[in-house]
Amino acid sequence: MLRYLGKRFLLILPTIFVPLILVFLLLRLSPGDPAGMMLGDQATAEQIAALRSQLGLDQPIWIQFLLWLKGIVTLDLGNSIFFREPVMQIIPRYAGVTILLTLVALTLAVIIGITLGLVTAMNRNKPIDRGVVTTAVLGISLPEFWFALLLIFIFAVTLRWFPVAGYNPPSAGIVAFGATIFLPALALGVRQSALMTRMMRSSMLDVLNEPYITTARAQGLPESTVIGRYAMRTAAMPVVTVAGLSAGYMLGGAVAIEIIFALPGLGRMLVEAVGRRDYPLVEGGVLTISLVLAVLNLAIDVIYAILDPRIRYQ
Amino acid sequence: MTAHIASLPADRASPALDTRIVLEVEGLSLSLRNADGLLPIVTDVSFAIRQGEAVALVGESGCGKSITASAIMGIAPDNAEIGGTITLNGQAISGLSPRARRKLCGRHMGFIFQEPMTALHPTLSIGRQMTDTLRHNLGLSHAEATSRAAQLLDRVGIPRARDILKGYVHELSGGMRQRVMIALAISCGPSLVIADEPTTALDVTIQAQVLDLLDDMRRELDLAMLFITHDLEVVGDFCDRAVVMYAGDVVERGLSADIVRSPAHPYARGLIDAVPDHDDGRTRLTPILGTVPPVGQWPPGCRFAPRCNRVDAQCRTRPALELHGSTEARCWHPLEPSA
Amino acid sequence: MSIIQATSPDRLPGGDEESFVTTNKTVWQRLLTNPTAMTSVVMLVVLGLSAILAPVLAPGNPLKVSPADRFIAPGAEHFFGTDNLGRDMFDMVLHGGRTSLFVGLVVTVISMSIAVALGAISGFYRHVDVVLMRLVDGLMAFPGIVLATAAAGILGPSMTTVITALSIVLIAPSLRIVRGQVLVVRELQMIEAARSVGVPTLRLFTRYILPAVSSPILVQASFIFSAAVLGEAGLSFIGVGIGPKELSWGNALTEARNYIAQAPWIVLFPGLALMLTILALNLLGDSLRDILDPRLARRR
Repeated sequence: MLRYLGKRFLLILPTIFVPLILVFLLLRLSPGDPAGMMLGDQATAEQIAALRSQLGLDQPIWIQFLLWLKGIVTLDLGNSIFFREPVMQIIPRYAGVTILLTLVALTLAVIIGITLGLVTAMNRNKPIDRGVVTTAVLGISLPEFWFALLLIFIFAVTLRWFPVAGYNPPSAGIVAFGATIFLPALALGVRQSALMTRMMRSSMLDVLNEPYITTARAQGLPESTVIGRYAMRTAAMPVVTVAGLSAGYMLGGAVAIEIIFALPGLGRMLVEAVGRRDYPLVEGGVLTISLVLAVLNLAIDVIYAILDPRIRYQ
Repeated sequence: MTAHIASLPADRASPALDTRIVLEVEGLSLSLRNADGLLPIVTDVSFAIRQGEAVALVGESGCGKSITASAIMGIAPDNAEIGGTITLNGQAISGLSPRARRKLCGRHMGFIFQEPMTALHPTLSIGRQMTDTLRHNLGLSHAEATSRAAQLLDRVGIPRARDILKGYVHELSGGMRQRVMIALAISCGPSLVIADEPTTALDVTIQAQVLDLLDDMRRELDLAMLFITHDLEVVGDFCDRAVVMYAGDVVERGLSADIVRSPAHPYARGLIDAVPDHDDGRTRLTPILGTVPPVGQWPPGCRFAPRCNRVDAQCRTRPALELHGSTEARCWHPLEPSA
Repeated sequence: MSIIQATSPDRLPGGDEESFVTTNKTVWQRLLTNPTAMTSVVMLVVLGLSAILAPVLAPGNPLKVSPADRFIAPGAEHFFGTDNLGRDMFDMVLHGGRTSLFVGLVVTVISMSIAVALGAISGFYRHVDVVLMRLVDGLMAFPGIVLATAAAGILGPSMTTVITALSIVLIAPSLRIVRGQVLVVRELQMIEAARSVGVPTLRLFTRYILPAVSSPILVQASFIFSAAVLGEAGLSFIGVGIGPKELSWGNALTEARNYIAQAPWIVLFPGLALMLTILALNLLGDSLRDILDPRLARRR
């Protein structure tokens, strides 16, 4: 088990570093002087020179890379140009919202996907199956940000069941938190739930043909146990596998969703930092999203290992 | 129409003649419904198994023997239409609802599959699969079910039973897996056990051990056993009587000793000749020419006619299952009984 | 707006490692008789024609402001109504489609070309393969829109930026598929034979490998196109896309969301056009996959 997790961790390392290296290269190799861009037109040559040496931009590129690497490993990404405080103090104020939003959306998507996948597989080629499968094709083609706007129009503007925008942290109470997180999470989860529905359906149809399902029936176990325990146990595994990928897509989708619903999350912070050319904060945002993804993927690997004893021995 | 089971001449010399009949299959037919209509898979299969008796259902793959077994168990595909009557311990079960049929599984009938690696759940422990069955069928508590499962594993010759209960199917050897499968099938005290090619997936050396174990269990528990196989050696060594199937039909029926020694149907003769004969020094190996006609393309008369060397015009009409010598065969031109 | 979802994960890696062997004629016949494929083709032709013909169908500057005509509901005068600046939404949707489809097409061509080239190299040179696949692993899990956002911030919002950023992040999923195909195809006998008689690698690639991997590339291209259209809309929507001076469906929605209560139609129509485009491309990809690889289509 530990060896398995160690192996998984090594495989996750590229997920953390490749995006960061790309951003590093983009920043250093793009035309123009980042220091000049950050400070804007009014900056004096001295100010720019000072910032250049503060950011290490006057060093050769390989030294810059080593300094950058050291900063990442020690989680010290310097100061935000705009906020004038350490990046690693700013990030935690935004990260929680994004993590919660992603987790709620992922949970919603998994529940919806597994339920609908199960219902369609059990009613193969009946009207409910055809209906859900068609809806899932539409769901996969639904842009999250547009779906979010539709949800706002229906449930916030017209029906007034939810606030149009804003955020209450969980400390404000579960109802207040739920009211502000539900629509964003639903908007963020819809595409993934459609994908998971399709996946669960086809995986369930495969599993129902497996001999061990026939064995369970031949042992006299009731259909509820055969489906609920024997078939579900294996059929849900591909859905767990893609949950890691889904989490990645959701962290990306969260950018627009946070802007639409005015949630103070990492995605919104990132877009604002990009607008202000606050590069240390941009790097911090990318690093945090990488780390969140890595942790989520490791957690999913642990769940997977619990569900499937075979891989613990590989 | 076939003669009534009780009057079967083949029963006369059965070693289990005076025990009660556990399973009686009468005129069983099975068709699969698809887009084009009904596709017949099995037609008019009749046989009976008495307590303590092993009956072989013999034939090449595609002859309908496995689906016959699934029809008896009540686990045939959803699109199957089943005719005829199946009687278990005196109760006609063929008319029962699927739910009532399911209740017979495990408690009254056990099933042993060909490939235990895929027939046992990959991610539930051996113990969990056994206790699920024991608790549901016998209403045992978790502790009772666990100790009964350990006893069962012990009984089928698995050492360190308690440890194996915590393990998973991929951790076991092929022979061990099939022993677990047997323990599972007999766990709730069934009177009938159906074994579908139980040794085909195993190494030759393990095959004999598993067959001996099945034979022991049959004697010890006085089980009626239906043995689905294509192996005539297994038929001769382990089964009291045999039912030979070809293209969804019963073509020969009788004591297995009689069939192996002196078959009446050319197909049964062909099956026997296709087995390498270890006893008489030189190896005879005469395969039957041609292949089983696919379902839906059966010839109208005798279904074996296209592959038969005794075929004539009469074979265009369907023969009945009639007594020829010591066995019953569905053939216009049965082989002469050998001395 | 998780944009970079080029391959639907209900086909996991591993499934795409088998060769697609079909003859062109039957493929065309099956394409023409497949209702889903034909529906998607018709949808795409209509969308494509309306984008190409936008200057004819909606002459004049679609960005022209007309404050007197603000928030007119859809009707005979303005099919899709007007927005907060009195611009005709029908014109905006038509002209926005030009941008969206253009960006989608260019990104698909660039990223697929690079993916095919790298995939071929990766399939033939082991040490390159090891490095490239680690890079692909790193890029696959990470949300492409975040990278594209960072890139747009650094390079400045423009159409070139959007095309560059999306092309980079969309290489990874295609590269993995092309490489898997090349690995399978290179073991085929005709290619072994061609290699053994010394056919140069480049020629081997264009004559033998490329035709053999064209089916999965075609399927993948549909999904990449769809991901690119969605990606452009997403980036433009959050304000790091093609910039406010150009017109795209995503841009149109950015402003529109502030007026959703009084004029829902200005949210409805650009989004609907976007969704129909993505739907048509996804349907095309799905049905192409079913047609070109019946092995995967069995359960549909």
